[in-house]
Amino acid sequence: MLPLLQGLFNGVSIGSVLLIAALGLAIVFGLMGVINLAHGELMMLGAYSTFVVQNGFKILGEPWSSIYIFAALPVAFIVAALVGLALERGAIRFLYGRPLETLLATWGVSLILRQFVRSANWPLLAGLSLLVVLFFGAWVILTRVLSPEQWRSRRLVLLLTNLGVSLGLAITTAALLWQTLPDDWVRPWFGPRNVDVTAPAWLRGGIPIGTFQLPYARIFIIVLTVLCLVGMYWFLNASSWGLRIRAVTQNRDMSACLGIDTGRVDALTFALGSGLAGVAGVAIALLGSVGPNTGQNYIVDTFMVVVVGGVGNLLGTIIAALVIGSFTFIIGSGAIALLLSNAEAPAALVEFFNFFATTSMAKVMVFAAIIAFLQFRPAGIFPPKGRTAEL
Amino acid sequence: MVQRLGRRKFLLYGSAALGTSILLKACGAAPEGETDTDDTETEGDEEEEEGDDEASGDSGDTIKVGILHSLSGTMAISETTVVDAEQLAIKEINEAGGVLGKQIEAIVEDGASDWPTFAEKAAKLIDQDEVVTIFGCWTSASRKAVLDVFESKNHMLWYPVQYEGQECSKNIFYTGAAPNQQIEPAVQWLLDNKGTQFFLVGSDYVFPRTANTIIKEMLAAEGGETVGEDYLPLGNTEVTPIITKIQQALPDGGVIFNTLNGDSNVAFFKQMQGAGLTPDKYPVMSVSVAEEEVRQIGPEFLVGHFAAWNYFQTVETPENEAFVEAFKAEYGDERVTNDPMEAAYIMVYLWKQAVEAAEVADDLDAVRLAAVGQSFDAPEGPVEMFPNHHISKTVRVGEIRDDGLFEIVWSTDGPVEPQPWNQYVPETTGFACDWTDPEKGGKYEVEA
Repeated sequence: MLPLLQGLFNGVSIGSVLLIAALGLAIVFGLMGVINLAHGELMMLGAYSTFVVQNGFKILGEPWSSIYIFAALPVAFIVAALVGLALERGAIRFLYGRPLETLLATWGVSLILRQFVRSANWPLLAGLSLLVVLFFGAWVILTRVLSPEQWRSRRLVLLLTNLGVSLGLAITTAALLWQTLPDDWVRPWFGPRNVDVTAPAWLRGGIPIGTFQLPYARIFIIVLTVLCLVGMYWFLNASSWGLRIRAVTQNRDMSACLGIDTGRVDALTFALGSGLAGVAGVAIALLGSVGPNTGQNYIVDTFMVVVVGGVGNLLGTIIAALVIGSFTFIIGSGAIALLLSNAEAPAALVEFFNFFATTSMAKVMVFAAIIAFLQFRPAGIFPPKGRTAEL
Repeated sequence: MVQRLGRRKFLLYGSAALGTSILLKACGAAPEGETDTDDTETEGDEEEEEGDDEASGDSGDTIKVGILHSLSGTMAISETTVVDAEQLAIKEINEAGGVLGKQIEAIVEDGASDWPTFAEKAAKLIDQDEVVTIFGCWTSASRKAVLDVFESKNHMLWYPVQYEGQECSKNIFYTGAAPNQQIEPAVQWLLDNKGTQFFLVGSDYVFPRTANTIIKEMLAAEGGETVGEDYLPLGNTEVTPIITKIQQALPDGGVIFNTLNGDSNVAFFKQMQGAGLTPDKYPVMSVSVAEEEVRQIGPEFLVGHFAAWNYFQTVETPENEAFVEAFKAEYGDERVTNDPMEAAYIMVYLWKQAVEAAEVADDLDAVRLAAVGQSFDAPEGPVEMFPNHHISKTVRVGEIRDDGLFEIVWSTDGPVEPQPWNQYVPETTGFACDWTDPEKGGKYEVEA
């Protein structure tokens, strides 16, 4: 009984990490059809937010530093959601319906974000903000001051001049700051090295059951996943914005005709998915290390979960995450080989499963199984039906 | 004037954004380059810069050396610290007058934790920058990737990290431990003190796999037992299946021998503690976790576990006191020193001594010959370069304390001679390496 319980718990705990990581993507990719390769980096930003909040609370002292994780959750959600919002408004909204371009653009964004956390420091931030303020400020002023005709006829020249001037000013300022500021201000905030996020003491042990212990961190992640699921289910099915989101995903043109601002719905949906990625970042910071490449370790798994579950179906995502998690665990921990050798199965079969009972080989097996599965059900566990399927 | 963007507008803005990013990139490179040279040059050497452009490694006022480590990617956690140690040694040598009266100029390249990149950058340093030697690499995978480059160009690499052995290249000097200077004594110590049942955990690449082959052979020979092994892909953080396997294979506790590298260690120790595998029942012996990694994993996850190295920051020698003090003065009080950093620091000095003995920097064959037999009072104790291009080293086992440093619980009486070809593995038993004798070379059979 106990080994079964343990196996079940471990399968669920691996599955819940996959699920919380894939949840945001299930919205962005599943509902909106955007292939967001920067999803992993949004998780990474969530993890870095956790690091920042942790250090902030450390300064406040004891009672606070043990509950920083609760503050980290909303902070990570907001940071990732804002970056997601900027990403959607700045790039993705021009690329709807063009999956290949989206893929390339988001891949580029993921590279930029990874490099940003490596080299982010005050002069860089100052330069970037100055550039944005000058460029867009001048743009707004120009469109106000000039008549529409004047603006249209000289748009290219004006914008390029504007860009050149803003860029020059921003770079000069950044370079000046770089030279003049004391070293402490020029030093990168995080650097290329991984940073240390330590779970508060109460999340570090576990509940002992016989020879086996349920880790608190895992329980925390399972609870967090369930809360996110419930919250998202409520939001999509019971709130008015959820209704609009569902309407737009089902039939964009009809929703627009009925007066729904589809642009706003897109932005909100994308921000929501990104925010969930940020929350997932908090969860993974409890398990592993936090570095610029953290997101890369999860991006393949999350896409795998959404594709297997069936694009556009949250229930499918949940089932896929749990099945893949349990499968990984059963293969990787050698449970099948053990079971077969107890059942006196042929030695060759036991050997076969023993061969796959290491973490890297289990991954091979899981991928093979997924490929085989997609041969039979190309659209996942729950393929989209009806009108949405035709879009 | 709110208006949705058309395709033409989008193209316009897109190209503007592209232009911006290219400009930013071009301008961004400048300050970075400055900081790099700041590190490598001592004050008042600005005129060097002009001389370098046409210079080969050994002309003008400077001798150019390459530093090739991962400054980004999964290995950056470890490798950036080694770069600091190498820069410190170069700075000290330069302040003391340089080598053969010339200043050393270091050219730093980023291998980006990507093995083909290492080979590319190595070729770049040799062909384009014309350096006289390269200090670099951490993982065995990166060393294997650059090995061909160094052998085909007959160049010289100094490699500062303990490794799995079973290699002896004419073109590489190994200043980290060979298996008989780290892994074998560690296994022996565990057998004597901690138990005979071993579970082996490692990252999935050449070092852990070869190291575990050696450990398995050794356990079979010395009366221990390997109850299981598992390998994690680099960067993987899901260790639940491994922990379950450990619990099944060792229900009453036993020894875990850990050859994980990079940030998988963080996941492993965090989740070990969560699953209730405590050091009193499941002591973990690590060979890739040193002071710097302890700091980044968090000592609270590691207290009571063990590591085997040749050097710990807590080693008590006058040379070590000076080294730690110099390092902290250079990089800040909160920094720690560790074994690969010490090996990186002494290899720069060993190279300097070899160049001085050969009285020339760019005749690599002469430097190579002169390097053998060089000895140095290292922070870890005396070391000497052997004809097999490895150095003799003292072996120590440390227990992690709650301040993140190591309590040295055992050490050998003196330096242990290096054996690159392992004597427990049947294929290499009886083989040795000697580059001073052209008859013998990289792998010859010792006559009994």
